[in-house]
Amino acid sequence: MNEAASSAAYWLPVVFIGLMGLAVLVYAILDGYDLGVGILLPLGKEDEPQRDTMIASIGPFWDANETWLVLAIGLLLIAFPIAHNLVLMHLYIPAAIMLVGLILRGVAFDFRAKAAVGHKLAWDRTFKAGSIITSLAQGYMLGQYVMGFQPGWQAQLFSAVSALGVTAAYSYMGSAWLVLKTESLLQERAVRWARRAGRATLLGVVSVSTINPLVNPAVFDRWFSYPLVMFVLLIPTLCFLAFIFNDLLLARLPKANDRHSALPFTLVVTIFLMCFIGLAFSFFPDIVPGQLNIWQAASATASLKFILVGALIVVPIILIYTAFSYYVFRGKASELHYH
Amino acid sequence: MLDTLILSRIQFAANISFHILFPTITIALAWIIVFFKLRYDQTDNPVWMRAYRFWVKVFALTFALGVVSGITMSFQFGTNWPGFMARVGNIAGPLLGYEVLTAFFLEATFLGIMLFGINRVPSKVHTFSAFVVAIGTTLSAFWIIALNSWMQTPSGFELRDGVAYPESWLAIIFNASFPYRLTHMLLASGLTAAFFVAGISAYRILKGDPKRAPRLALKTGLVLAAVFIPIQIFVGDLHGLNTFKYQPQKVAAMEGVWETERGAPLLLFAIPDGEKKTNHFEIAIPKMASFILTHDLNGEIKGIEEFPNDHPPVAPVFFAFRIMVGMGILMLAVAWGGCYLLWRRKELPNWALKTLVGMTFAGWVATLAGWYVTEIGRQPWLVTGVLKTADAVTQIPPSHVGFSLTLYLLVYVILLYAYIHTLKVMALKSVKVEEFETKEPLAGGSLTNLPKSTQEQSKGESHE
Repeated sequence: MNEAASSAAYWLPVVFIGLMGLAVLVYAILDGYDLGVGILLPLGKEDEPQRDTMIASIGPFWDANETWLVLAIGLLLIAFPIAHNLVLMHLYIPAAIMLVGLILRGVAFDFRAKAAVGHKLAWDRTFKAGSIITSLAQGYMLGQYVMGFQPGWQAQLFSAVSALGVTAAYSYMGSAWLVLKTESLLQERAVRWARRAGRATLLGVVSVSTINPLVNPAVFDRWFSYPLVMFVLLIPTLCFLAFIFNDLLLARLPKANDRHSALPFTLVVTIFLMCFIGLAFSFFPDIVPGQLNIWQAASATASLKFILVGALIVVPIILIYTAFSYYVFRGKASELHYH
Repeated sequence: MLDTLILSRIQFAANISFHILFPTITIALAWIIVFFKLRYDQTDNPVWMRAYRFWVKVFALTFALGVVSGITMSFQFGTNWPGFMARVGNIAGPLLGYEVLTAFFLEATFLGIMLFGINRVPSKVHTFSAFVVAIGTTLSAFWIIALNSWMQTPSGFELRDGVAYPESWLAIIFNASFPYRLTHMLLASGLTAAFFVAGISAYRILKGDPKRAPRLALKTGLVLAAVFIPIQIFVGDLHGLNTFKYQPQKVAAMEGVWETERGAPLLLFAIPDGEKKTNHFEIAIPKMASFILTHDLNGEIKGIEEFPNDHPPVAPVFFAFRIMVGMGILMLAVAWGGCYLLWRRKELPNWALKTLVGMTFAGWVATLAGWYVTEIGRQPWLVTGVLKTADAVTQIPPSHVGFSLTLYLLVYVILLYAYIHTLKVMALKSVKVEEFETKEPLAGGSLTNLPKSTQEQSKGESHE
């Protein structure tokens, strides 16, 4: 009995960090593309039809996408309350800025369609600004997190690089999404955006993954200990190959009959997945790098059991009906008639 | 002067006040929308479809504001009230978790199909999506009220070293005040949405909208309000009795009773004075407060004096309570008067329409006042008898909270203005739309009109 209880106390936090990781990853991919679309929004007067199509491409999804952030932060709050407190105490100001960005973005999206015609451009500007603010803030917070919330200019510099890197990565995801969901002129434009964003993202990923092991000795040891190194180097290798291949592919897009238009998005998802696995591998089982591990931060076992029942029933259902929703709105965004 | 505690309290109050405006509308509006859609499915009368389409757009806008302000709420616990999760996280966490898992996702995902899926899915799937969204909004209220009620009247837990551990989830969820609070809140949402729908419809009619759709929506809103308000008064009374039993200090503040007394008068108006522990300018009905709370003219009501250092500030609770009750009485008069006029004359006169326009946001006033009664009334406790508000607050410097508070307030003021302004624009736009027009002018953004024939087809397809 006692043994069973202590084993539950061991594996429940592992299950919950897994669920939380899933939520973060899904969030980064899904809100990643719609934040990216917001970042890329062209603001010229003549761009209005393209803006409409771009926003139409994320219309049916953004609400649900953002909910994954609530799930991720919710799981952190429920399963690891001490870590939640610690993380948010350190990230108070950037979190507040991110929230304002999310608010502006979320509402601008709805206001633009419903406000007086003359205000549409103003809401589009708000949408773009909100997307940029959100992405920068998230990247900055990621940087602070990776640095274990150390003070000092090095950590600030790293966080600034991370902020730009994440913003580039979201643009990359967003433009790949547009390559998939749009056609003709806008699609060609998206291909060009994707190439540029891809190179910027590569630069970001390389600098972050070079600095991270250099400043975190524990991370360095973990990555470069023999014989594991042979295996784990697959992660950056795959990631790098996806970058190269996507760049070569984008140079040839769009092709006749829209062939391979889904491939860039798949490749960017692969890149996100590899970066995520790399981060997880660097820090697991710490939930606050160098300060707190998942067992130290976990809630009472009884609470985790209670919520696990719900999570195991609901998360698969969510995944199924998310898939259903994407199936319903498959195809090119321009087919969503706006008038 | 302004320390982290007071700034954090102001920030939390601002966040929750702003947030609650939108769910209060959407919880019940979701069901009104399902009603419109079902009526359309039943009667095939396109008027219901037009009503449905207009209100779905309003719903989408309101829902978006609810989502973004809700995300802000979920961050507050960690940013400003770390002591809350550290002490009662084992209980609050799963309740919040179930809210996100069951409700939030249900709403957010099906909303996509509800808003944009009209000619992509069969009509029945579409109706079903609207129904799931309504279930989601209601479940959302269920979990949040469960948590809030537990904070007011905690049960089903055990304290070990000051940390709460769950003993019985049933006892935690179905705590002493939960049934009253949930019913009271759902009815409050029903009334808010009813006046909201009636008010905006009245505005459209005043602006010369000749169509049937706003008239049907107006009637739906008025009848709903007329039915709900007496039930709400009854439930509110039960809720008050429950509070009297479990949180007597809150009732003492609501009634402005300083010293324990028998046969306490019902104060219609007074200015409570916390310094001198007395009221000025009392206008009272003798013995009525005792009668309402104990059903005995000479029943005893405990005064503030019985709870030294353990009672809420009297004046804000006292005034908020009177504003809530006053709004309730006004709603009763307007809803019943409006129904009577509608029944006798079929069409409301202009002055009545103007009154309804003036009452569009009446539900907001009553709901906010009600929340202030219950939330300020719980002070100085965050979780009654378990955790004081002051012990839960963060250690971060006041300047940080000052910064975020300013930021939020600025954004909230702009958004509230934009929201109300946009509702006005949407109403005015819809005035110009033809009754059975099949193309929606750019206004929609979210919905394409569905010619009747297409829908028949999709209905047919679903049978095959």
